[in-house]
Amino acid sequence: MKKLYFLILSLFFIFPTKSFSLIEVDITRGNLNPLPVAVSSLFSNEQTYFDLKKELKINDLGLEISKVIENNLRQSGLFNPLSKDAFLQKPDIAHLKPRFEDWALIKAQALITGKVIFEDDKLRVEFRLWDVLAGKEMLALAFTTVSKNWRRVGHIITDKVYERLTGEKGYFDTRIIYVSEVGPKTQRIKKLAIMDQDGFNNKYLTLGNELVLTPRFSPTNQMVTYLSYFRNLPRVYLLDIETGIQEVVGDFPGMTFAPRFSPDGNKIIMSFAKDGNSDIYTMDIESRIQQRITNHPSIDTSPSYSPDGNNIAFNSDRSGYQQIYVMRRDGSKVKRISFGNGLYGTPVWSPRGDLIAFTKLHKGKFYIGVMRPDGKGERLLTENYYQEAPSWSPNGRVLIFYRETKTDDDGTGFSAKLWSIDLTGYNEKLIDTKTDASDPSWSSLLTN
Amino acid sequence: MYKNIIASSGLHFGIIILATLSWPFLSKKPIDLPPLISVELIQITDQTNIPYAPKAKKIIEKVKKEQEKLMSEQAPPKKIKKEKPKEVTKLDKKKEIVVENPKAVPKPDKNKEKIKELKEEAIPLPDKKTEVLKSKKETKQNPSKDKKLQKKIKKVQKNQKPNIEDTKVKQISEFEKKEIFDPTNIAALIDKSKEELGETKKKTNKITQSQDKNMEFSGLTLSEEDALKAQLFGCWSIPLGLPYNENLLVRIKLKLKPDGSVIKTEVLDHARMNKPGESFYKVLAESALRAIQLCQPLRVPTKGYERWKDLQLNFDAREMLGG
Repeated sequence: MKKLYFLILSLFFIFPTKSFSLIEVDITRGNLNPLPVAVSSLFSNEQTYFDLKKELKINDLGLEISKVIENNLRQSGLFNPLSKDAFLQKPDIAHLKPRFEDWALIKAQALITGKVIFEDDKLRVEFRLWDVLAGKEMLALAFTTVSKNWRRVGHIITDKVYERLTGEKGYFDTRIIYVSEVGPKTQRIKKLAIMDQDGFNNKYLTLGNELVLTPRFSPTNQMVTYLSYFRNLPRVYLLDIETGIQEVVGDFPGMTFAPRFSPDGNKIIMSFAKDGNSDIYTMDIESRIQQRITNHPSIDTSPSYSPDGNNIAFNSDRSGYQQIYVMRRDGSKVKRISFGNGLYGTPVWSPRGDLIAFTKLHKGKFYIGVMRPDGKGERLLTENYYQEAPSWSPNGRVLIFYRETKTDDDGTGFSAKLWSIDLTGYNEKLIDTKTDASDPSWSSLLTN
Repeated sequence: MYKNIIASSGLHFGIIILATLSWPFLSKKPIDLPPLISVELIQITDQTNIPYAPKAKKIIEKVKKEQEKLMSEQAPPKKIKKEKPKEVTKLDKKKEIVVENPKAVPKPDKNKEKIKELKEEAIPLPDKKTEVLKSKKETKQNPSKDKKLQKKIKKVQKNQKPNIEDTKVKQISEFEKKEIFDPTNIAALIDKSKEELGETKKKTNKITQSQDKNMEFSGLTLSEEDALKAQLFGCWSIPLGLPYNENLLVRIKLKLKPDGSVIKTEVLDHARMNKPGESFYKVLAESALRAIQLCQPLRVPTKGYERWKDLQLNFDAREMLGG
């Protein structure tokens, strides 16, 4: 018997069954084409439809919100919203139970459906994000707000969708502050203006009596710091957008300029010029305590904190030419980081901390570029006749800047407009403003 | 008593039937997904199931089964040899020279002649050994008389069967050569110099050898792997918001049908999907799963299902995002 067992066992060893090791295939490349997304109109029942039409004088609010989402996704360059004409399923059914095969047929990979309800003078917007190919729900949220905020609801939905599909926070529920410009170049009227990131809801914050420059948003609240030539004395001011109250920052016996907030929003860092020399100073907003950071006979300006607040990037001509430097927050360990050809200025540290954006002037052309904080990996994203003042989106993915273009052949006329470009350098978009615009600054997300 | 038992068992039986028939229907999920059908995907499969390697494999199998046919294919030139053995040996020598020194190749003017030469080249390669054997035996036996020669030829013909088996690999490589390089070889013959010709021949030999090795050991040949990669490259939309300094590798195990459609997908590092601080991984894994769904049926070889029915795809976004 034992022999028989041994024989059977040995047979297993003598005649092993044919087996194959698991084949592994490495996929190291993909496409960077925009993801096809279907944004279905948000459904509203008859009562809601008529109530909202009466309240907001908008025919179909669900459709309008879906258009806001579509526009945001398209502007990001990462998504391709599909035409609503191709949709096979109506919004009411789509929101309850999408027929994924219908959406897959039009090559949508993600689907956004939703519902609008208007009850007790409150707008409630529900939305769902579906993975069409996997046939499952990815996200389902509802927002309640006053009906006038319907555009913001669209932006918030876009932020949530963007975050779910790309893995990083969005930047759509944000505002941009900029300098609105009208009139001829010699008699330019400049006003502070604020708008949603998509150009809607434009409002003016100043009357245009004084020249205003370089407005900067606080990263933590709705405060703005900017340079104003009040009574021909250039000073840094602080403005509360909600209340409209403004005040001079610090008590400096001379010109202060190039202000920017610290990451925690408690300090303002700026340049102070006296007797032909300018150095970098900080001022605590609460205590008003001023602190000198640099002490050098050269011109040190355009300071920008790193997101952790431990380092400061600035530009200086201490080497003979305008270059970008990085130092500790107390002014120690100054290190030059830009070594390319040309002049470098307006360094702005990314909210992610991994890059510093800058303006570069080389051979008569202006470039917007990025480099790592150690100065390596310099990449120029866009070039033009004149462009400067980059400002980061809150997720560190997109830069907004302004560009001046000649409008006449003889070069006398010019136009200044806001542009955005993402880090790939391919998705360059014009941001529509009613007037000429310069010095943009991107706010942080209004809702987290 | 028995009535109760019968009634009880009857009721039990009824409940079991009800449970099997009606409950699964009732518990159906509200969203029931039928399999996705896309016309384009079907077109893609038609186009993509033409890699070189599966054909080569077909040929291997054919060679195994159809040795006689191959014999008959090789027979005609040898019949000529039988009639004029002396000339055959001379021709063989010439052929050897032609292969080594392609001076004779560019001389002919007409394309037809060139094609003929190609065919001649294609045939003698596997016969080299047999011919070498011939020549060796001939030298030993001093082939002066016709009878002796005929005997030798007969002997060689008898020995041809084992010889063919020995040279199977070379024959396969020839077929692949024909398929892969026929047009280019003709172009090369017309346009390029002799040296270049020699180089292309060497290259084709190298490719076929590696393909054979891959088929035996790694499971997929380079061309099969490339076809699959190319397909997935097109389907994978990489989420651009991922932190590029993190581990961006997603390993997905697939179970496939013979036509390349996916039966089952399994994310191997599934625990990372819901790990705090690694929310990006879920986004990345979902994008990879979408790519698989979008690409199916996958471009897999037409043969050898057992080899690739279980497949692991390693989606790595570091190169794209980090670079």
